[in-house]
Amino acid sequence: MQVPANFEYAKATTVEEALALLARHGDEARVVAGGHSLIPMMKLRLARPEALIDINDVAELSRIRVEGDALCVGALVRHAELLGSAVAGEHFPILHDAERVIADPVVRNRGTVGGSLCQADPSEDLSAAFAALRATAVIKGPDGERTVPVREFHTGPYETVVEAGELLTEVRVPIRPGGSSAYVKVERRAGDWPLAAAGAVLRLADGRIAEAGIGLTAVRAEHFFAAEAEDALRGAVPSEELFAEAGRIAAAHCDPGSDQRGPADYKRHLAGELTIRALRRAYERCMP
Amino acid sequence: MSGNGQHGFGRVPRKEDARFIRGQGNYVDDIKLPGMLYGAVLRSPHAHARLVSVDTAAAEAHPQVRAVITGETLAGLDLAWMPTLSGDVQAVLATDKVRFQGQEVAFVVADSHYAARDALELIDVDYEALPPVIDARTALDDGAPVIRDDLEGRGDNHIFDWEAGDAAATDRVFDGAEVVVAQDVLYPRVHPAPLETCGIVADMDKVTGKLTVHTTTQAPHAHRTVYALVAGLPEHKIRVVSPDIGGGFGNKVGIYPGYVCAIVGSIVTGRPVKWMEDRSENLMTTSFARDYHMRGEIAATRDGRVRGLRVTVLADHGAFNGTAQPTKFPAGFFHVFTGSYDIEAAHCAVTGVYTNKAPGGVAYACSFRITEAAYLVERMMDMLAAELDLDPAELRLRNLLRAEQFPYSTATGWEYDSGDYPRTLRKALDIAGYDKLRAEQADRRERGELMGIGISFFTEAVGAGPRKHMDILGLGMADGAELRVHPTGKAVLRISVQTQGQGHETTFAQIVAHELGIPVDDVEVVHGDTDQTPFGLGTYGSRSTPVSGAATAVVARKVRERARIVAGAMLEAAPGDLEWTPGRWTVRGDPSSGATMQEIAMAAHGSLELPDGVEGHLDATTVYNPPNLTYPFGAYIAVVDVDPGTGKVAVRRFVAVDDCGVRINPMIVEGQVHGGLADGVGMALMQVMAFDEDGNHLGASFMDYLLPTSMECPSWELGETVTPSPHHPLGAKGVGESATVGSPAAIVNAVVDALAPYGVRHADMPLTPANVWRVIQGRPFRTDLAIP
Repeated sequence: MQVPANFEYAKATTVEEALALLARHGDEARVVAGGHSLIPMMKLRLARPEALIDINDVAELSRIRVEGDALCVGALVRHAELLGSAVAGEHFPILHDAERVIADPVVRNRGTVGGSLCQADPSEDLSAAFAALRATAVIKGPDGERTVPVREFHTGPYETVVEAGELLTEVRVPIRPGGSSAYVKVERRAGDWPLAAAGAVLRLADGRIAEAGIGLTAVRAEHFFAAEAEDALRGAVPSEELFAEAGRIAAAHCDPGSDQRGPADYKRHLAGELTIRALRRAYERCMP
Repeated sequence: MSGNGQHGFGRVPRKEDARFIRGQGNYVDDIKLPGMLYGAVLRSPHAHARLVSVDTAAAEAHPQVRAVITGETLAGLDLAWMPTLSGDVQAVLATDKVRFQGQEVAFVVADSHYAARDALELIDVDYEALPPVIDARTALDDGAPVIRDDLEGRGDNHIFDWEAGDAAATDRVFDGAEVVVAQDVLYPRVHPAPLETCGIVADMDKVTGKLTVHTTTQAPHAHRTVYALVAGLPEHKIRVVSPDIGGGFGNKVGIYPGYVCAIVGSIVTGRPVKWMEDRSENLMTTSFARDYHMRGEIAATRDGRVRGLRVTVLADHGAFNGTAQPTKFPAGFFHVFTGSYDIEAAHCAVTGVYTNKAPGGVAYACSFRITEAAYLVERMMDMLAAELDLDPAELRLRNLLRAEQFPYSTATGWEYDSGDYPRTLRKALDIAGYDKLRAEQADRRERGELMGIGISFFTEAVGAGPRKHMDILGLGMADGAELRVHPTGKAVLRISVQTQGQGHETTFAQIVAHELGIPVDDVEVVHGDTDQTPFGLGTYGSRSTPVSGAATAVVARKVRERARIVAGAMLEAAPGDLEWTPGRWTVRGDPSSGATMQEIAMAAHGSLELPDGVEGHLDATTVYNPPNLTYPFGAYIAVVDVDPGTGKVAVRRFVAVDDCGVRINPMIVEGQVHGGLADGVGMALMQVMAFDEDGNHLGASFMDYLLPTSMECPSWELGETVTPSPHHPLGAKGVGESATVGSPAAIVNAVVDALAPYGVRHADMPLTPANVWRVIQGRPFRTDLAIP
């Protein structure tokens, strides 16, 4: 068994308490929720936080609810809970598509939405899904609450705008009528990280695409979305040719690297192919 | 309980499961002894480097550290090097150089596992990096760095050349052949990856001088003897206990440096020392499998009559030659590569080389390299079928050995015991609905869909082996068995083989029940403790049922014959006048006059006057030396769908018709087949231990080295034919590795078949989405090297 180096441990039951603990333990403290990324990294001694602030008992962060015209997903919502949420699935099929292929049931039972975003793995599925949805992250800190678009949330691999002493509390997804969404992923095996994955969100009006969101992961798309492909879609009449063009653009504008999952050009190819498939499926779902 | 109409045989629920499904198994890591300390191994980050210095002062100053052992410490005890199973030596802890990434450099013994791990970071090692040899294909190049400069007079990385078959006769066949097809075929380095990693609790009792080791071993008796030979400890003062084992697959045959370090740690500290590998250590440093770079050539007539096979192999054995195989066969049983076909002439030449990779080899359910052999010949058969534009099923039917040819002597010196191959293949084709599948494939191809159908027909050679031909480190491969029958007729069987999930406690009880006519529940099977069981070489190479199963049948028959004599005394009849019905000796012609095994057992222990020369009791022992190997076989058919846009392969169906002779417990046989088929999916589609140019291991966790899940496995469609082995007392042949041997070729053949519209004739494993896409692109690449 791999074992981590020494660390302090403290448990919070409220957001305030969590923030106070973060303040007390300083820069080298890390928040632990599901722990499915952080704990393995600690066991491999790739991560060595001096303190873990456990937020698993912060019940207020575990809710999924509709508030106004947004779906609010608490940071502590487990993957399995999001997958099981009828209201999330009704408004955003992309979230159920993505959750169905994130890791395995054991991880989904424990891993959290907030943890996934804050871990900021360049292959994270939810980062792409929420980017496609133009969701907003709610961050609390000693100076109160601030909101950041998910499209600005990630500042690099394993880096986010969440500062030391701050806590991601919620993700808000705007609910808009007249559209649908989808997420498509290719992995080497069930439960594996994606070779590439794409999410598509379409809002239709008068037979045209009023707004499009394309999320990409594992292919080094800047901030997990494909702005140029979205531009090509916006205002256009949906068609196979249009989706193919969007796929070409999305592929051209990502910057995947080679690793044992596959060479860069294959991943670039996938970015295009999966963009097309996600658009196709989202569009099919728009049909009554 | 009866199965196949035979007392004792049948689908008996596994005796082992009661404890396992309750979470009450007892594995090495569950063992906690009073005063036990914990060990951890410091490993090399380099694949090849000179060891300049090892500074342990800070680690030794750690308040919870009890000992720090280095190569220098061990050299003082003459234990820095240990013999491998292949006549080479392997460093226990490095003294001069490190030769693969993850090699053992130092061992810390501490009060807790955490402290031991922390202390590793306090050891300061100075390395001088050397250029590594990573690609076996360059290992023999002029000027290649010499890895084994520790060996006297060694100027290159060559280990051995070995050949089998008649080279001249084979060349003649090829020279006159109408059709010859050649292909480079890689069977990449993979890993057995048992869910329980390897480990040990070493306990040297300084008062009695007795060393007890609780360890993850598939071969407890062989380990005991090797410890005696390595450490110079008297063998009667060594007890090896192998408790419940969480999977072996060959990974737990050999002795690892960590075991030796833990034993030394216990000797040095006077306390028990536990060492359990973590997952990365298991994947990076313990016995890998395969790593065979093969070139196959097949010669045939235009009408599809195979005439010859010629194979050259470059075998990557890593930094130390530590493969586990019978001494006479440095390439294992690879020379069974003529497979299931009637082939006039065949020849193989194998060259083994050192590289800067982990040692070991052969491991992983391969029956001593038969996996590689079966894969090669089945790939070559499909290559030939494509060349001749002949259906691969038809090509096989034209060349399979016919029932009347058995016993069959192959061109490379094997004598197959029994078989009816065409019957088995036809059965698989029937179950699959082969003709309909081909029609569906044609329809789908019209629509641009990629569907493939792959066939593999394999012949296994298991149950090593006849002691005249087979030994490991000089230990013959015969197995003992000991059977006691208590006065009330309950029996205790003691065997040398060690279950790692195969269900020995059930199957072997069934054999005794079958032979003595007593209930299966009345038989206890004792195994995994060298103080309690007779000598034998252990469980690997599918040898348990062929060898120890035979020993069990033989010893039970001895007991039964002894019972006949006692029954004769009881019934006042000549033993020769008695006849056996399961569980009872009766007087011939008077079925009412008889004695049950239970009555006989009580009488044998009682005051009944026994005939002269009969000592009393019923207990017996035996040693079984198999006259030949057994040759299970099977026909497998895989149906796959390939997504042309992503390269992703889905195995839609898999038909497996196995003939392993008589099935003692068909449920256990099917479970073994299920597991092996899943293994096959893993190797064919996702597994490889690749290395980058610096020798970094690119598969050191289960995020990088993938095990298949139920999501990748179709609902297996199993069938059976039964061709008993003529020389095994029960007609059984063994089945543990059949599916692992046979299934990868079926899946690869199916994928290549699916890709035929692109002109693809071959693709190396693993067929990951990226690799399939690259094959479709027509790009040459190596699956075993880092993706550039």
